[in-house]
This record gives sequence, structure tokens and C-alpha cells, in this order.
Amino acid sequence: MNRALTIVLAFLVAAALVPFAQWALVDAVWRPDPDACRAAHGACWGFIVEKHRFILFGTYPYDEQWRPAVATILLLALWIASAVRGFWRAWLAALWAAGLGVIGVLMWGGLFGLPYVENERWGGLILTLLLTTIGLAAAFPLSIALALGRRSDLPAIRALCIVYIELIRGVPLVSLLFMASVMLPLFLPGGMTIDKLARAQIALVLFAAAYLAEVVRGGLQAIPRGQYDAAAAVGLDYWSAMRAVILPQALRIAVPPLVNTCIGFFKDTSLVLIIGLFDLLSTIKVALTEPAWTGFGVEAYLFAALVYFVFCFAMSRYSQRFERERPVKDVVLREPA
Amino acid sequence: MAAGSRKAGAVAYQALALGAVTAALWFLISNTAANLEARRIASGFGFLAREAGFEIGESFFLRYSAGDSYLRALAVGLTNTLMVAALGIVGATALGTLIGLARLAHNALLQTLARAYVEFLRNVPLLVQLFFWYALITEALPHPRLAHELLPGLFVTNRGIFFPLPGSVPHLEGFNFTGGAALTPEFAALLIGLVAYTAAFIAEIVRAGVLAVERGQLDAAHALGLTPGQTTRLVVLPQALRVIVPPLTSQYLNLAKNSSLAVAIGFPDLVSIANTTINQTGQAIEGVAIIMAVYLTVSLSISAFMNWYNARVALR
Repeated sequence: MNRALTIVLAFLVAAALVPFAQWALVDAVWRPDPDACRAAHGACWGFIVEKHRFILFGTYPYDEQWRPAVATILLLALWIASAVRGFWRAWLAALWAAGLGVIGVLMWGGLFGLPYVENERWGGLILTLLLTTIGLAAAFPLSIALALGRRSDLPAIRALCIVYIELIRGVPLVSLLFMASVMLPLFLPGGMTIDKLARAQIALVLFAAAYLAEVVRGGLQAIPRGQYDAAAAVGLDYWSAMRAVILPQALRIAVPPLVNTCIGFFKDTSLVLIIGLFDLLSTIKVALTEPAWTGFGVEAYLFAALVYFVFCFAMSRYSQRFERERPVKDVVLREPA
Repeated sequence: MAAGSRKAGAVAYQALALGAVTAALWFLISNTAANLEARRIASGFGFLAREAGFEIGESFFLRYSAGDSYLRALAVGLTNTLMVAALGIVGATALGTLIGLARLAHNALLQTLARAYVEFLRNVPLLVQLFFWYALITEALPHPRLAHELLPGLFVTNRGIFFPLPGSVPHLEGFNFTGGAALTPEFAALLIGLVAYTAAFIAEIVRAGVLAVERGQLDAAHALGLTPGQTTRLVVLPQALRVIVPPLTSQYLNLAKNSSLAVAIGFPDLVSIANTTINQTGQAIEGVAIIMAVYLTVSLSISAFMNWYNARVALR
């Protein structure tokens, strides 16, 4: 029975994979030649080869594209360094501040003889990574405040935090992005303007904070009552108890679900395409609109899927390993529904 | 004394927080009022009665034409959203359950395939997947004249999927099919994308739920002489559901909210019609408020229903 099932399944897998391999590898065209692509039966990877600069860097000035390239590598190096538990020290925060400063100088320029590039021209992979990084960095402190507020004894504080968290989680991200793009300009005093990138970033921060807050709250709930009592017994006031006793434990427990939320957020940044920002997915979509290259969407989006997959899979592997190597004993972490 | 000052401190904190929020809201509202006046935009929902003047690609229950009001256009958008969300929830639950059970199968190959599905689908943004399905349907499927007839009366083409209804079978007329019923490429891509993506998450929930049933329970059921079918129905399922229902609820909520990505592939859901309305009328605040109010209502309804269901399956 089991063996028969294996044989049937193996046959089905082969029936699907062989034509796919034929299309994706054997018959594929790798030269950036749209006519050859249209003549062939296979995939047109030439599209990616031809457009890779645009996909990676968007409309950033062509001669200056080494700057986003260096910035991307720098940002990825910072992320990888932050994954090493031994580096979770105060100097890592300093390193991040310095790194983001360098990235800002590289991207904007206007210093050290680098020509100025306004952020309307930023695009591609670096934009996706920056939206994620800055979004998480700004949302994380806000989420801790919201989680503490939601568990506070003060009814007014608690109510405000609950309303905020549930309101944001109850509506789609698209509606928050619309709000940021069409309503935010109305909210500001006359004459004050704020560019599109910053508006999208604000919406993403407000969005991420609500979801992260629920994960942090899950971590807080997992801390046994005795820890609070012990902190009070040694005479710590609320803020000292939180800073020195409760939060360090709660956040440690919450690392795996926090990483999962980060993965979700990384994927969600692709929605900025809807309000017209040039992130990685958007540059791919725009590259497809050139008449010579229309009709290769399947290849283009498979490529996009692969890029996103590499990032998300690496993060989810990290979170799984973290959970395995340091199992949380005696506490049950409930991810809030 | 100490308790008294702490109490005073608590009151002061809360008063401060409420004051700050009120001040911020007042600041935003007064700015908005001034800006609207400067741009001569009249606020209010009066525009809903005006003629919409745009066509909508598809509508499931309501008749609609460009001469109808914005209100009716938005109602069509709402029914489209509810339709795709409801079908999506049913499809994702069925597919997710199958894949979740496949992950627990004794057959190693089946297990690996299910696992590969979950890992790949949930690590790629839904928006990428929607674009992919849409491209696949419109680029890789044949023109209606060369359509595949998968089953008698079921045609798969780059203009959509055509299937028969009682008394009406799709047939080629000119360049496209008429008769029967059709799924447009937009609707098909959105539904396939939502189902495939959410199923990956539901599979993990189902798997965790089944694993949460203790081994001893199965032994006990076996000792009592229950058949495998009875064991699943009477022993495993009732216990697994208690673990499954709460996270399943958040997946349903996610699916309903994610249906708003329809706007990116041109399916006329509530968000895309509200977006068109905003662009035509300039009533940005009202448009966004309608979207948010509707989704909050839908989210709260799904939560309320699932809480009711959860209370039924919970331990008493």
C-alpha cells in the first residue's frame, strides 16, 4: 500500500517536474534577446539578464548604481551580524547606527563628492530592505510600549492601546497605505509636505507596531507571576522591574514568533507597489511593461518569488534553530490569536 | 501615604495620555478641516448618490451599469469581496487540511511533498503569487479558439475559465465563449492565490492540532475497538479542533483582509472600487473610512462567529 503510493506519487512528481525542467532549463533562453525568447518554447531568463540592473536598483542614476549595491551589501552584513547571539551587546546598536548613517550618505549623497540623489529615485532591492529595516527598527520600541500599555493596570492607558492594536489589525494593510498616501497630506498643517517614501514608511511602522505588540504581549504573558513579585520584593519600581527583570526574559522567549512577524513584514513591504513605490516587486513589474519584453510575466514573477524565498527561508530557518537550541522550559508561549 | 501618591500618579499618567491623544487628534482634525476648505472639497457622504460613470468587470449578485450610483458600485465591490473571501475560506480550509494531514502521513515522499509546498508557498509574498497566477493564466493558457476542454463543457483559456451551468453549456462564438458561467482571469488568479497561500498556513495549524492529541488517546481508542474512522471522528478531531480553531480564526481574518490585494490585479473588490471612487471624486477621507469600516465589520463578524464555534468545541 505504502509502496504503491510512493510509486504513484513519484510518477506524478516526474510528470510535473520533467516538463518544467524542459521549460525552465533545457529549452530556456539565457541571452537577452526578446526575439529569440519568442521563438523558443522555453523560459526567457534573458529578460532577467537584460533587466537585472533595473530590477536591483530601479531608477537610481545608472553611473551611481555602485552606491545602492554597496548599501545593500552593508545592510545584509548588518542583518547577518545581528543574527549571531554573541553579538547581542550594546555595541551592536552603535554598529547599526553607524551602518545606517553610512547607508544614508551612500544613498542620498551630497557629501564627499557624491552627487545628490533624491529618494524618489531609489528603488529595487535596497528599497525593500530599507523599508523593512527602518520599519522594524521604528516599530519595535513602539510595540513594547503598546504591549506594556495593554497589560497596564491603568484603564485609560489599557483602553487606548487596545483600540489602537485592534483597529490596525482589523483593517488590511492596503487601506493603511491608501490612508498614508491620500489622507496624510490632508493631516499636515498647510504648506508642509512629506514625500511618498516617508508616507509609506509611516504606514508600515504603524502597521508593524500593532502586530509586534501582540507578540511581545505573548512573551510578557509567559513570564510567571513570581518574577513580578520577586522584582517588587527587592524594591524595584515598575520601570526598573520591566527593564531589568521582565522584558529581558519576555523578549527572549518571544524571539521565534518575533522573527516570524519580521518575515511577514518583509513580505508585506511588497504592498507599497500599490501606492506606486519602486520596491523589488515593483521594478520587476515595471520592467515587464517595455513593449519588447511584455509577456514574460511567468519568468519574471518566478524570479521575484525566488528572491523573496531566499530571504524568508533563511529567516525562518534561523527562528527554528533558535527554538531548537534554546527551548523555553516550563513556560507555554501562547501566540495571540 | 505611599498608596495615595501612587494613585495620584496613576491618575496623572492617564490624564496625560488622554490629553496627548486628544491634542494629537484635534491637531489632525483641525489641519484636515483647513486643508479641505483650502481645496474646496466638501466633506460628507453626499457623493454616494451621484452617478458612478465607470463600468465594473464582474458582479455576482447585483445588476450594475455605469449609470448607477457610487453607493451601488461600492455594494457590488462589497459582494465581490465577500464572495471571494467566502470561497477562499472554504477552499483554503479543504486544501490546508489535506496538506496538513499529508505532512503527518506515514509515506515519506508524501510528507516531503507536503512540507515543500508549505515552505515554498508561505515564504513568498502573496502579491508575488497573485501576479504569478495572473501571468500564468493570461500568458500560458491558450486563446479561446484553441481552448483546452479539460472535462466536457469545462474550458480553460487565457480569457478565463468557462464551465457549464444546468441548461447552459459554454460554446465558442466569435473570439470568446458564451453561455455557461465564467471565472474571469482576475477572479481565478485571486481565488487560486488566496487559497494556495492560506492553505500553507492552515496546513501547519492542522498538523500542530493533530500532534497535540496525546498518543495514549489513540491507544485507548484502539483498545476500545474503535475503527480508524471512528477514532478520527470521535477521539482525534474533537480534541484537535480545540487547538486548531483559535489560530484558524486568525488565518480566516488574514484571508479576508488579503482579498484587498485584488486592487493590484484589477479584480473589482471593495478596495479597488473605493480607490476608483476616491480618484474620481477626491473624497479620500470618506473612501478610506468606508474601506476601514467595512473590513472592521467583516473582521469582527468572523471573530464573533469563530468565538461562538470555539465555545462549542471547547472543554466544558
